[in-house]
Amino acid sequence: MMYAAIWRLLPGPVWLRVILALALVVGVVAVCFQWVFPAIAPFMPFNEITVDE
Amino acid sequence: MQVVLGGVGELLITVGLLLGLFVVWQLWWTDVVAGRLQDEVVADLGWDVPAAEPVVGDPARRDAPPVLPAPAQGVTFATLVVPRWGPDYERPVTEGVGRAAVLDTLGIGHYPGTAMPGEVGNFSLAGHRVTYNKPFHLVEELEPGDALVVRTEEVWYVYTVTETRVVLPEQVEVIAPSPGRPDAAPQEAMITLTTCHPMFSARERFVVHGVLDHWLPVADGTPVELAAGA
Repeated sequence: MMYAAIWRLLPGPVWLRVILALALVVGVVAVCFQWVFPAIAPFMPFNEITVDE
Repeated sequence: MQVVLGGVGELLITVGLLLGLFVVWQLWWTDVVAGRLQDEVVADLGWDVPAAEPVVGDPARRDAPPVLPAPAQGVTFATLVVPRWGPDYERPVTEGVGRAAVLDTLGIGHYPGTAMPGEVGNFSLAGHRVTYNKPFHLVEELEPGDALVVRTEEVWYVYTVTETRVVLPEQVEVIAPSPGRPDAAPQEAMITLTTCHPMFSARERFVVHGVLDHWLPVADGTPVELAAGA
């Protein structure tokens, strides 16, 4: 559904849509790596390495 | 009905992909980013490169070593060199143990208020065992007698591993001035490393204790412990 709708919304011939879709994927990965994952990582239940009360 | 199921299915696939992507980020990308930064930090210190030929015996000093004043939070004041972890292992040591400011970015953190290198007391460090360039990844390979070498701009401090053990996260006495005896006055210059245990878990802490063996001005050469193949 969602992916079919995105495909329909992309303009141009198939080759252009493929390129645009790939660009969207790269964009999502970049946003996740740069902002989303660093923001949620501290709440993950591992990686505590210090001793404290 | 089919439209709804199809939509839910797509959503589940998307969530699965994002979770997989998070694992890739945590296990691989944090190493890439932190590794790049930490190599840069060590290079930016601009310290004199020590003589390649290690010196043995005589220059090693066992009198009271010079001790740096405690630095401000976030200041990289030393590097840690551990021959057991490979000839290229040199990582920056920075004041503070905040996740974002130090441990997840600059690597090894020095517990504020604990002793400085060479000082009588307990020079206590925390570092990741997995992810974020994992400075203490091979901590379980350390054996009593292994060298932990701390370098400041002017001085090598050569510590020797005395003990490794697993403790609970609340056991702060491991970084007490006299490890394990919070009330006792310190007698020796100790070093303590803390990291997570088991790997990928926050259940316990892996702890390494060591004691200062000797020190050496950087200008006088390189400790024999750092000689290739030593």
